[in-house]
Amino acid sequence: MNAGIITPYRPRVRPGHSGFAQLLHSEWTKLRTVRGWIIGLLLVPVMTVGFGAFISSSSECGSMAPGPAGQLVSVPCTAPVGPGGGLVEDQFYFVHQPVAGNGTITARVTALTSSSLQPWAKAGVIIKANTAQGSAYAAMMVTGAHGVRMQWNYTQDTPGMTGPVSAASPRWLRLVRSGDTVTGYDSADGLRWNRVGTVTLAGLPTTVQAGMFATSPQPSSGAQRQEAGHAIAVTGTLDHAGVAGAAAGRWEGTSVGARPIAGGPAGFQQTASGFAVTGNGDIAPDVGSGAGSTGTPVSHTLAGLFLGLIVAIVIGAMFVTAEYRRGMIRTTLTASPGRGRVLAAKATVAGAVTFAGALIGCAISVPLGERLLRDHGNVIEPVSALTAVRVVAGTALVFTAAAVLAVALGVIFRRGAAAVTTAIVVIVIPWFLAVSSPALSTTAADWLLRVFPSAALAVQQTFPRYPQVNSPYHPFDGFYPLSAWAGFAVLLAWTGAALWLAVFLLRRRDA
Amino acid sequence: MREALHAEWTKARTAPGTIWLLFGTAGLTVALGGLVTASIRCGYAGCGQDPAKVSLTGIYLGQAVVGVLAVLAMGEEYSSGMIRVTLSAMPRRETVLAAKAVILGGMVLAAGVVAVLPSVLMGGLLLPGEGFTAGNGYPSLSLADGPVLRAAAGSVLYLGLIALLSLGVASAVRDSAVAIGIVLALLFLFPVLAHFAGDAAVQRHLEQIGPMTAGMAIQDTIDLASQPIGPWAGLGVLAAWATGALLAGGMVLRLRDA
Repeated sequence: MNAGIITPYRPRVRPGHSGFAQLLHSEWTKLRTVRGWIIGLLLVPVMTVGFGAFISSSSECGSMAPGPAGQLVSVPCTAPVGPGGGLVEDQFYFVHQPVAGNGTITARVTALTSSSLQPWAKAGVIIKANTAQGSAYAAMMVTGAHGVRMQWNYTQDTPGMTGPVSAASPRWLRLVRSGDTVTGYDSADGLRWNRVGTVTLAGLPTTVQAGMFATSPQPSSGAQRQEAGHAIAVTGTLDHAGVAGAAAGRWEGTSVGARPIAGGPAGFQQTASGFAVTGNGDIAPDVGSGAGSTGTPVSHTLAGLFLGLIVAIVIGAMFVTAEYRRGMIRTTLTASPGRGRVLAAKATVAGAVTFAGALIGCAISVPLGERLLRDHGNVIEPVSALTAVRVVAGTALVFTAAAVLAVALGVIFRRGAAAVTTAIVVIVIPWFLAVSSPALSTTAADWLLRVFPSAALAVQQTFPRYPQVNSPYHPFDGFYPLSAWAGFAVLLAWTGAALWLAVFLLRRRDA
Repeated sequence: MREALHAEWTKARTAPGTIWLLFGTAGLTVALGGLVTASIRCGYAGCGQDPAKVSLTGIYLGQAVVGVLAVLAMGEEYSSGMIRVTLSAMPRRETVLAAKAVILGGMVLAAGVVAVLPSVLMGGLLLPGEGFTAGNGYPSLSLADGPVLRAAAGSVLYLGLIALLSLGVASAVRDSAVAIGIVLALLFLFPVLAHFAGDAAVQRHLEQIGPMTAGMAIQDTIDLASQPIGPWAGLGVLAAWATGALLAGGMVLRLRDA
């Protein structure tokens, strides 16, 4: 016992039943016998599901178009799905001809021009299963600022020659198909070729479309988008185009995935010396933000969690502060003098019941919300079963850690209002500021979501980042700076620190 | 009423937390406003940022402290049992609530002025260095400018109304922890729902009826036509919420045993 600190009388005799199980039982009895808390615990899943369903059913996606009988019918949103199963963006201008069996396409790029050349603007040669959006492809391309690249099946990217393209320093690009494999080559002079990569496109049909393409993503910052005022396109100037193994030999132009709203120039010109192909859009994975994105992340179905979280925080804090208010804490600490153990039992009981309620709420919210979103024309980003489990269980764990944080804050402040406000201010407000105001720069918003417990909501992030897609990846679009479990660790660290301080104060202070 | 006011003023003045919560309101508002103001950039003409709103971002945090102060004004009476003494001394229950509202409102308005003035001054000093220049279409932030003065004065009124809303909720539920939970949920629910709602019309309606989203419209100084709700109409929505909460609180106070 610490000398110099006056503590109240604490019986030295060990009571008959002081096992941890006994403590848990007594805390559970305290919890379940207060009617308001039971109602509150039921509100956790009810709020989460109810508001989630409201949001899901008020998210209309699609457009109105004239139907067969002339009346307006709503057309749901669509998003192409790539060979890998993920949502993709597939919009470009394609100058192509069919190639049956094995074949080769070669072209020389002499210029890449645009009113605003984007780093990932691209033009070059491509072999694609067909002209439908989302079909398998492999492409060799010249980019705005990343040199020559070989990209395939939307998510894959590998570098070739570096440096910008110009008439003085052209880039020769070549793709060779052999069965299911496509090999990309680049060259500075058309004589000495370097192999960039060999890729396998599973299930590539016998007859594929081979040709030249150009496309430009839109600027990632609102500033440049506003300055341009219309969709930014890129023009690739190509010559020495040749296809070996072509059936017809006549070039045909197709605007793949052109959306009428996007507008912007697209097309091609054939001159004596070569081609000028102009296009806008991108051939890339959908990252859930930016002009080309149409997919809705799964986390949208869990929008109701904020109300549920506030209810869980109120119950967690009151579970402790009510003891102080009623003087019950003295009985509790007399019955079980191990103060750290009392707090551990309280935290365990509060955490367990919150986890149960939140898990039920999330497990209902996600499938229900997905159904409602689909009914309203939305395309939901497909995720693996493992990811879906991570989103649901992770969110329930966020509830649990938040409730335990509220328990600890309740001990620290001994006042319900202060504990509840502190918990909400550190969990909800940083998230709110980071995601709801695009005013905050990505750096500032990212720091908020690294430092505060709100970081834990990263467990809901499902869209991966790709270096070859230039997107702001702002928390506004659902991108968290930390990975799912690193973000959750931030919340755990706050909860752990609060528990430590709570035990320290509980042992030191008079009850 | 004079005695009631005097009694409430004495209680508020002598409660240990009051002064710290008032300082906290001003301090946190200025601190958050300063951080956001210092970190923002306006890179091009018409970058869509509202300089008055940017420098007054701290109100988002300040209002939480105001809420705590207001729910404690009523909640502490119930948690300490003081309410029975109060009501024995002043049997007219509406008078008690009205006196609390006046005293609380006065204190919060004073703290609000202390919170808002430095925020706007800081905005005026820092923002021109961050791209909010005449070249990008922003005159320097000054209280002499009508809309900026309205935003600043309105933000003070906003805090006052949040205090009344919180007092009403606390009188209705009689528990500080539950009351502050309800107040913060009410404030943040609407913008969070609006953020996720995919439908623009639903979004707009949510922002028009939410106490925080509508009330914060008082800070808009640019693009007024494209906002979901006008500045004074928005503050009016918050005032309606506050009135509703006070009426509900008054009703509970009148009808239920203390």
